[in-house]
Amino acid sequence: MSTDVSQPDLMVAPSQQSRSQRTIKAVLGSRELAIALVLVALVVATTVRRPSFVTGSDGFRDLLLAPSILLLLAIGQMVVIVTRNVDLSVGSTLGISAYVCGSLFSADQERSVVLVLVICVLVGAGLGLINGLLVAFFRVPALVITLGTMYVFRGVLKNVAGSNRITAGDFPAGFEKLGTQQLLGVPVLTIIGLVVLVAVGYYLHTARGGRELYAIGSDPEAAKLYGLPVARRVVTAFVLCGALAGLAGAVTAARYATAYSGTGSGIELQAVAAVVIGGVAIFGGSGTVWGAAIGAFLLITINRSLPILGISEYWQGAVVGALILGSICLDRYLSARRARHLIEARDDA
Amino acid sequence: MSGTAPTVLELRDVSKSFGAVQALRSSSLQVHAGSIHALVGENGAGKSTLVKIVAGVYRRDAGVFELDGDAVDFGSTAESKAAGIAVIYQEPTLFPDLSVTENIFMGRQPMGRGGRIDRAAMITETRALFSRLGVEIDPRRPALGLSIADQQIIEIAKAISLDARLLIMDEPTAALSGNEVSRLFAVARSLRDEGRALVFISHRFDEVFDLCDTVTVMRDGAYIATVPTAETTEAQIVAQMVGREVADLFPKTEAEIGEVVLDVTGLTTAGEFHDISFQVRAGEIVGLAGLVGAGRSEIARAVFGIDAYDEGSVTVDGKAVPPRNPRGAIRSGIAFVPEDRRQQGLVVDGSVGRNIASVIRSGLTRGGLLTTSAEFAAVQPWASRLEVKTNALDMPATTMSGGNQQKVVIAKWLATGPRLLIIDEPTRGIDIGTKAEVHRLLSELAGKGLAILMISSELPEVLGMADRVLVVCEGRITADIARADATPENVMAAATRSAGTDEEPAA
Repeated sequence: MSTDVSQPDLMVAPSQQSRSQRTIKAVLGSRELAIALVLVALVVATTVRRPSFVTGSDGFRDLLLAPSILLLLAIGQMVVIVTRNVDLSVGSTLGISAYVCGSLFSADQERSVVLVLVICVLVGAGLGLINGLLVAFFRVPALVITLGTMYVFRGVLKNVAGSNRITAGDFPAGFEKLGTQQLLGVPVLTIIGLVVLVAVGYYLHTARGGRELYAIGSDPEAAKLYGLPVARRVVTAFVLCGALAGLAGAVTAARYATAYSGTGSGIELQAVAAVVIGGVAIFGGSGTVWGAAIGAFLLITINRSLPILGISEYWQGAVVGALILGSICLDRYLSARRARHLIEARDDA
Repeated sequence: MSGTAPTVLELRDVSKSFGAVQALRSSSLQVHAGSIHALVGENGAGKSTLVKIVAGVYRRDAGVFELDGDAVDFGSTAESKAAGIAVIYQEPTLFPDLSVTENIFMGRQPMGRGGRIDRAAMITETRALFSRLGVEIDPRRPALGLSIADQQIIEIAKAISLDARLLIMDEPTAALSGNEVSRLFAVARSLRDEGRALVFISHRFDEVFDLCDTVTVMRDGAYIATVPTAETTEAQIVAQMVGREVADLFPKTEAEIGEVVLDVTGLTTAGEFHDISFQVRAGEIVGLAGLVGAGRSEIARAVFGIDAYDEGSVTVDGKAVPPRNPRGAIRSGIAFVPEDRRQQGLVVDGSVGRNIASVIRSGLTRGGLLTTSAEFAAVQPWASRLEVKTNALDMPATTMSGGNQQKVVIAKWLATGPRLLIIDEPTRGIDIGTKAEVHRLLSELAGKGLAILMISSELPEVLGMADRVLVVCEGRITADIARADATPENVMAAATRSAGTDEEPAA
């Protein structure tokens, strides 16, 4: 390191590329593009096999509508995972929110749809706040905390709901229509998800709070030394994740026009899977919400494509698992290559 | 002296304990505006603890802490930052996934319209900072993969951009080359001329005399003296740093030196250490001295086979020790007591007996089964021989004091009947009384013909215990000094000889 005294120690030369060159290079090399291509290839292959998959009257709509619930959960989950935490309770939160939504309508069909949506989001945010406070102040890994709250929330729901099932008749027609309505050919529920996606993506990229979430996940100890408000940010991430799970609960109720004690069980792991497939590091610090969103679309589309491609639906789980393993191996390989590349860039300078 | 300049930082009789270990007893420090103040002391003297109190990482137990004459008490790093204090830590603390620019501005990014981070302004400012520091680093590259020196530059850029009144640098030059150091010093001087206060911690005396106007010496967590650098000499400072009674603490008895046990030749790992060759004989205690980060622990880990090495060979009693194979090293007769006893040396939740039996376990099974009674029967003689103070072998190790835990770790290895004991920082975090017991134990073991390689950052320990001192500096052995010739001065000199400068700096 201290060999050559005559020449200044150059480290890494500043990038000489223009802004557009950089953008193109970043997009081409991105993990998001890779899985978007997988998604496109899957849709194309399925459409070749059965053209109605996209071109049919309901085909295009279902392609966009089916992932709308998982999309919301994956966005929330991504924000939590990027801080080196995880939220396993989102399925239970979704269930509670869907049931609250159904109960409100079955008590009074005339209720304002917007008010009910707001209540669902607040219920989810409240449950997220519980998770966030437990994680931030008990210093126990989020995996354990949210595993606990997952069972607690579900247990409370089962106690309240019992064997009661809220059905289509309990929901007002105006609310049910949300599940099928379209705007310029795009389902309204999907639009809700996409608006949330853009808002969260913008926040993570351009706001101080968003960048600090990445910093916390990248190195929690360093974040403390930097004087970042670690506890506050982590709590906020959980509240956002819970709020989105609450919104997803209302969306579930609108789409399926049903709610019972088992609504949303098991979907939390799908949300984690979508985030991981989307290239978000499970130990935080890197990845984008765009990737998580594409991951959600890919997961749902796979489930719908496999039967058409002639693969037994019993294989679906195994295919999803293989996809997770494949994307983790790819990430591992890419990050090792990147690290090597960065070290070489330093040594060559 | 800058006696007329206002006092920026004032610490008086500050103390801090971690459990049973008192890191600071009564340390004091007074720093004036427009001056660069050196803080020196041996490893473990409490400098870093003091820095962390000022930075708001730790809270002091007692004592006065004033900033610009006002009493302050920081509960978090954010508070000290807001008060205008920037700290560069010994270990860079960067976010590896984020860009260099984001690392510099995290938490206080320049804001543009509508609450957006103004990235363009951020990058322009980063370029300006880098050109002031005279380095060329791509502001957009991630911090991942940067060398320690580059990371240190980022830390310095961060501290400068904070526009701090008080800048504390905890050994910032340890990983820097000559050029980088002179650039850093130029920046430090210009900050001083702007009227800021700087605290500079370093083990390199030439740097202290080159850069600083005042020096404060600490020893054993206490304040010793503050003098202007113009009125003191390197020899005086070293005397103040190490001057303590060492006689009773180190009951070293003469042992008969026998055959060569450990023979290391040409051991090299790129970036860690180079061409390391030495021998340890039966009955001999060889001290491996040097500064933290000089590569001593890395050498020990390579010898024991935990880490791979690129070149060289290791033999015990003339037989090759397989590389990268700790089990092989154990079979060859090497025992290794690691630096971090709680993390690496013990299963702290396990019982004392189980810990001692852990390495010899496979020899205790009967028909594939291991019984607690077999374990305890096997370890009883070792525990009693080392006077491990515990009522029963089934007590969990976590309840014991640091000194007794260390004895358990040593007992664990003695049960394997080793030829060579490598012990890294044998008495770190152990109170004075038990320190002497651990030392007596090492001395006894050497007397029975065990070869001992002892790594220690505590100079008195090395001088008091070792038959021979090997000094490691920046990955090379820079001196091999016999017990009779070893003095604090010549060991310190060899440990601080910076690479690239062949001559001793004039004091």
